Amino acid sequence: MRYAETGFNLEVDLTRGSFERVTTDARHTEQFLGGLGTNARLMWDRVGPEVEPFSPDNLLVFGTGLLTGSPAPATNRTIVSAISPQTKLFAFSMMGGFFGAELKHAGFDKVVVRGKAPELVYLWIDDGKVEIRDAKHFRGLGTLETAELIRRELGDSMVQVASIGLAGENRVFFASIEQGRSSASRQGLGAIMGDKNLKAIAVRGRQDLNVARPAEFMGYCNDALKYIELREKNPIPGVMPIVAGLGSPQEMRVHDEQWHTENFVWGNARHRRKGFWTKEIHEKWTGTMEHMRTRLLSCHNCPLKCGAAISVDTRICSYMMKCFSKLTYTMGAMSDLDFGLKIAQKATEHGVDAFSAPQTMAFAIELYEAGILTDADFPGWPKEPEGRFYWLLDHIVRREGIGDVLADGTYGAAERIGKGAMAFAHNNIKRHEQLPLKLGMLNPIYFLMYSTGEKINITQIEGNFPQTPFATRAEREAFVKEWEHVPDERFKQWFLDWELRGEKSIPNYPTVEATCEIVHWQEMMHYIDDSVGVCAGLSSFPLKPPYHIHNWPRIISAGSGLTLDEESLKHTTRRIRTLVRALNIRRGMRRKDDKPPDDHWKNRFPELEKKLLDAYYEFKGWNSDGVPTRETLHELDLDFVADEFVQKGILKAEEAAA
Amino acid sequence: MNLSNGRTIKTIRIDVAKCNGCRACEVICASFHAKPRYSSTNPARSRIRVIRDQVADIYLPVYAGKYTAAECAGRDKYVIDGREYDECAFCRASCPSRDIFKEPDSDLPLKCDMCESDPTVKEPWCVQWCLAEALVFEERQVAEDKAPALDDVDIGLTALANTHGWPKVLDAVGRMGGTEKKG
Repeated sequence: MRYAETGFNLEVDLTRGSFERVTTDARHTEQFLGGLGTNARLMWDRVGPEVEPFSPDNLLVFGTGLLTGSPAPATNRTIVSAISPQTKLFAFSMMGGFFGAELKHAGFDKVVVRGKAPELVYLWIDDGKVEIRDAKHFRGLGTLETAELIRRELGDSMVQVASIGLAGENRVFFASIEQGRSSASRQGLGAIMGDKNLKAIAVRGRQDLNVARPAEFMGYCNDALKYIELREKNPIPGVMPIVAGLGSPQEMRVHDEQWHTENFVWGNARHRRKGFWTKEIHEKWTGTMEHMRTRLLSCHNCPLKCGAAISVDTRICSYMMKCFSKLTYTMGAMSDLDFGLKIAQKATEHGVDAFSAPQTMAFAIELYEAGILTDADFPGWPKEPEGRFYWLLDHIVRREGIGDVLADGTYGAAERIGKGAMAFAHNNIKRHEQLPLKLGMLNPIYFLMYSTGEKINITQIEGNFPQTPFATRAEREAFVKEWEHVPDERFKQWFLDWELRGEKSIPNYPTVEATCEIVHWQEMMHYIDDSVGVCAGLSSFPLKPPYHIHNWPRIISAGSGLTLDEESLKHTTRRIRTLVRALNIRRGMRRKDDKPPDDHWKNRFPELEKKLLDAYYEFKGWNSDGVPTRETLHELDLDFVADEFVQKGILKAEEAAA
Repeated sequence: MNLSNGRTIKTIRIDVAKCNGCRACEVICASFHAKPRYSSTNPARSRIRVIRDQVADIYLPVYAGKYTAAECAGRDKYVIDGREYDECAFCRASCPSRDIFKEPDSDLPLKCDMCESDPTVKEPWCVQWCLAEALVFEERQVAEDKAPALDDVDIGLTALANTHGWPKVLDAVGRMGGTEKKG
């Protein structure tokens, strides 16, 4: 008997119009848990480095985590994977909401989609029964619109739908997959879905999901809930309100945006606006949010309220929003919140990523201002930035005119435009648009996280260690008092000694060795979450979360029946992380690609940065070019990876033998 | 207050404005009632369901009540605060017209039991898991409202109604009653 997981994947071949229920290998669960881990294993086995993103051989995997759908709070993630059209690397984007739990109750751990349908279709998974249905009548429709129409067509309001809009259909490189209040937004997975002519996946399930040691597992669930309640009542003092509590940053609830609007940068990640947050703006934006926000919303089985229903017209809920998408359009267009919330409605229906889309639009405006693009490229566009953003969104999602170029994202567009446009695509890592943030002094922890995080998104690697030192020793001592989350006592000491200024401050403190440990810990927590299927907002992302390295082994074990302790969970997570690295190494990624945006920090330290990267690679068991060594691969039972690396000349035979 | 002829009833106050639609209530309900306890979860087996419609902003927790063999002939719509609710949304019945409040494998009706069990729980589990406080447990004293004893005709008609539904029974009684008068 399989616990927490169903033990079955749904394999769909859209070219042939066939599908199959496949029993999964229980050993893969032991070795890779689920979610990201088993997605990576599937991709390794079946998607070779020669497979282009828009090839029928690219797989699009909707993988639930090992505990997704279980009673453990916030275990609701679906990890979507494919080769990204933008980075050409292995992409994984996590969505919350209700899709994952529903899929498990429908009898499947993953939906694995290959091939390409001759016409636009959607997949209907009804309690183990599967149908590939015509979706031509949904062509061009919005993501939420499509979901609603599918529910009506199927006559069941409880169906969960993940769908794409125009952007996905037209293979925009930053198209998202939207799912009610949640989405898999990063790295253009919506474009892969569109390329496969798959408009949506609808799912409904009524089957049991079993847990291995019921009473013990439920005890842990109740502990987590109690701790969440306690943490909600006791925010961490001395940090910004949005990171003081649990969940993803509480953008829908918190009105004070001084920190984002004055420290993050506007336009195409360019302009810092100190003194922007006046009393007048505060009142105006609070009014906008309170007027448009009709309800705070949660994901499946989670008490946090990170999302919101937003109403921009007479309808009660026009769309649902979460996190920093609140501000990305506003800041990209140098406009106000009213505009940001309104255009986000259109952008959500079209299905685009709220990081990449506004930055690409702001990039276009900059290119125009610089004379690289001209009036001829923008026939009939308005004068004011808001109108231009709507014009650009419309042309991008339709791939019309200059929109076709911009739909490749800032890097791809700059390549096609030439004429020095690449200098304007300045905020990317591995061709992927980043959070609009520019800082002064290099922070060694963030340097390594930006450079090596293979989610290519800082929020998906940072988390449990405070972003900056606390001002006084007394505050630090108070913070470490109840900090059982750290792997060991050294982490507390590093934080206690970390000063804002002087010898023990950035860039030289934490030391190179401590930095490696801190980055590794934070990354490990994210990889556990993405494989277990829990929201990072209750584990790897906030300070002092309910789930941590010391309680995860017993929770995962009681839920799934796997034999796990702290050491073996760390080992398993390292195996998953190394396999993800290996997938990208096989696709050509190397040390040269492991770098932050050039202008992320004003003060850079090439020697220190080299030391950091060298030390971190060694810490991870990778060679100086960032390739996992044979020794590491062997230790992690990944000899099949090592063999292929030798065969392909990625590792030299003698190096491999050493 | 202790009414001399009253009794204590357990109720749950449902504040729909506070519901965030997380469905933790469904998860814990199904899990608590699983046999063995907590061994599985499945919202389809839950005795509370959140009736939801994201676009209409409807999040309405409803508890399983009495079983009914026949669906209603007529349906109404309620419009509350701009939100349009189907009458069935508020209905607690395990009913042929919908698939909630039935065991998915046997179709047997489900009914909320307020988690009455041994050992006793201080509050139903759905309430304990609703940190949004959309569900609040309350014990109330009510005057005894004993149902009047049914006579034979009542019992017979109720049985007929359970089989055929009240509209058909009323229709038949109306027709047949008329016939008798004429005759």
